[in-house]
Amino acid sequence: MDDGKVVIRVEGLTMGFGSMVIMENLDFTVRSGEIFVILGGSGSGKSTLLKHMIGLYAPVAGRILIGGADMARAEGAEREDILRQVGVMYQMGALFGSMSLLGNVRLPLEVHTDLPLEAMNRIARAKLQLVGLAEYCDFMPSEISGGMQKRAAIARAMALDPKVLFLDEPSAGLDPITSAELDQLIRRLASSLGMTLVVVTHELASIFAIADRVIMLDKETRSIIAEGDPRVLRDTNDHPWVRRFLRRSETEDLSA
Amino acid sequence: MAERDRSAGSMLRYSTQAGAPGRVAFIGRMDAYSVGPVWASVLEAAERVAGNGELLVDLSDVTYCDGAGAALLYSLEHSATQRGGALRMHGVTGAIEGHLKPYREAEAVVSARPPQDIPWTQRLRAGVGSVGHEIFAQIAFIGEYAQALLLAIRHPRRVRWSDTLRVAEAAGFQALPIVSLIAFLLGVILAFQSAIAMRQFGAEIFVADLVAISLLRELGPLMMAILLAGRSGAAFAAEIGTMKVNEEVNALTTMGLDPVRFLVVPKILAGVFVAPLLTLYANLIGLLGAALVMRGFGIPMVAFFNQVSGAVDLTDLTSGLFKAAVFGLLVSSVGCLRGLQTGTGAAAVGRSTTSAVVSAIILIVIADGLFAVLFYHLGI
Repeated sequence: MDDGKVVIRVEGLTMGFGSMVIMENLDFTVRSGEIFVILGGSGSGKSTLLKHMIGLYAPVAGRILIGGADMARAEGAEREDILRQVGVMYQMGALFGSMSLLGNVRLPLEVHTDLPLEAMNRIARAKLQLVGLAEYCDFMPSEISGGMQKRAAIARAMALDPKVLFLDEPSAGLDPITSAELDQLIRRLASSLGMTLVVVTHELASIFAIADRVIMLDKETRSIIAEGDPRVLRDTNDHPWVRRFLRRSETEDLSA
Repeated sequence: MAERDRSAGSMLRYSTQAGAPGRVAFIGRMDAYSVGPVWASVLEAAERVAGNGELLVDLSDVTYCDGAGAALLYSLEHSATQRGGALRMHGVTGAIEGHLKPYREAEAVVSARPPQDIPWTQRLRAGVGSVGHEIFAQIAFIGEYAQALLLAIRHPRRVRWSDTLRVAEAAGFQALPIVSLIAFLLGVILAFQSAIAMRQFGAEIFVADLVAISLLRELGPLMMAILLAGRSGAAFAAEIGTMKVNEEVNALTTMGLDPVRFLVVPKILAGVFVAPLLTLYANLIGLLGAALVMRGFGIPMVAFFNQVSGAVDLTDLTSGLFKAAVFGLLVSSVGCLRGLQTGTGAAAVGRSTTSAVVSAIILIVIADGLFAVLFYHLGI
């Protein structure tokens, strides 16, 4: 792992809609090969931050550099080049219902490359194999379970071997076993394929299982209240909210 | 940045050398953009240099290799083994090995779906079965909603009147601009076309009879119904269809609310209510358009409307309005039916919207034909 190399640099980012400001003056970096987790309470703007990072929303102030290029100001071919370096898994999977899983994973290849069909099919099958779904490649998204849809969405996000993979709540709504398998998959992607992952999640178990580094967003102060290794934060950080978030299982044991 | 510059960064070259073993050496980046152009020629060259013997692939000058590069390597390996030969790689890094692994694993996996090879007799049977199922579903829906409508008539307090008014506003009031435009142009066109012919006989004044009878009895209700199908029938199907896709219809059912009573009845009542009103309005605007055209032909407005009131009676108007109410019922019912029949996925909503409009127009035309026969025999 190349710890020194910065893949994403966020500088003085202020985001909001109209006159409503959600977060002010955020500064952080994501380094190559790490699993970077964005934490925060419901409504704190985690998904909004993710959408800024993948260029769906334009920042009110500040900038986001992906591989050194400014997402919001890039246009045309340059923007396309940046987009090709990122893969995104949306909260609900967002698979196209009219295509089979293979068709869904093949789509980015069809759009961006001039590979022969046979090659695209082979790559798509291999990506589905990576997430353990190769045998379901002929199925339509509506015919498989929610957890499988999320895994298929990860396969689609990886189709072009992006440098950075963004995952929006990958384990939300899954049972603990499926969720743990997904966490293992995420770890494996980072370790064996050297991908950088930016993950939004609430799941306490997932955070400790996957995160190399976390940032925690706070709705009240509209800023980052904690940054670092989640285990270290849990043991040393004295911000009451951070402690409560990361130690929920200990402090709020209802049976006690 | 080298990685972002596709033309400079994504170059992949290769060289071949025949012999035993045959040799293919790659130089440069192997990614999704660079392997495409050389894909077919590499496979062909590999077969040429190695034949049925061993193939050596040299990767020591490869600067970068991702999943797509591994796909090419795997394809070489696969076709070599198919030919009965073997493949040896030189200079394989851990990353390449990691990318190759899923390809080797995926090859052994068989699809969980059995191959779809159904004889045409079975397909025919399934097709006929689905038509039968469709007819059954329509009849069941008609029964269900007739029951709900009867219940609404017997217990008017249980109807959701606020929803009904909201739908009536969207389907009626908000349709006024487009209805005005279409009806006005319809009146203008009818008057203009017939006036040119009538003028040859000095009978321009009878254009008023022609326009009034055709608008009130036939064209007013028909045009309004087609507009209603395009605007509101489609909207009903899309709204209920989206609710179905989002499981909102299921939520209603589990809360003990009958979706037909809750969603369909207000829309049907609104449809039946606004259709005659829109028709009445369309008739007036159409006549106004015709009157303006006839003024240009030297017939004053007063004379035109005097002629109209002599040409049509209340029966002409009410028969047209009755037809409009029936059309409104058909359009809103079929819109709701298609909405409730929506399958899963975004495309299903589009399909049900299309079929709502198409079915509504077919039903309108059929009903209009039946009305023509009925009115003829009743002497209306």
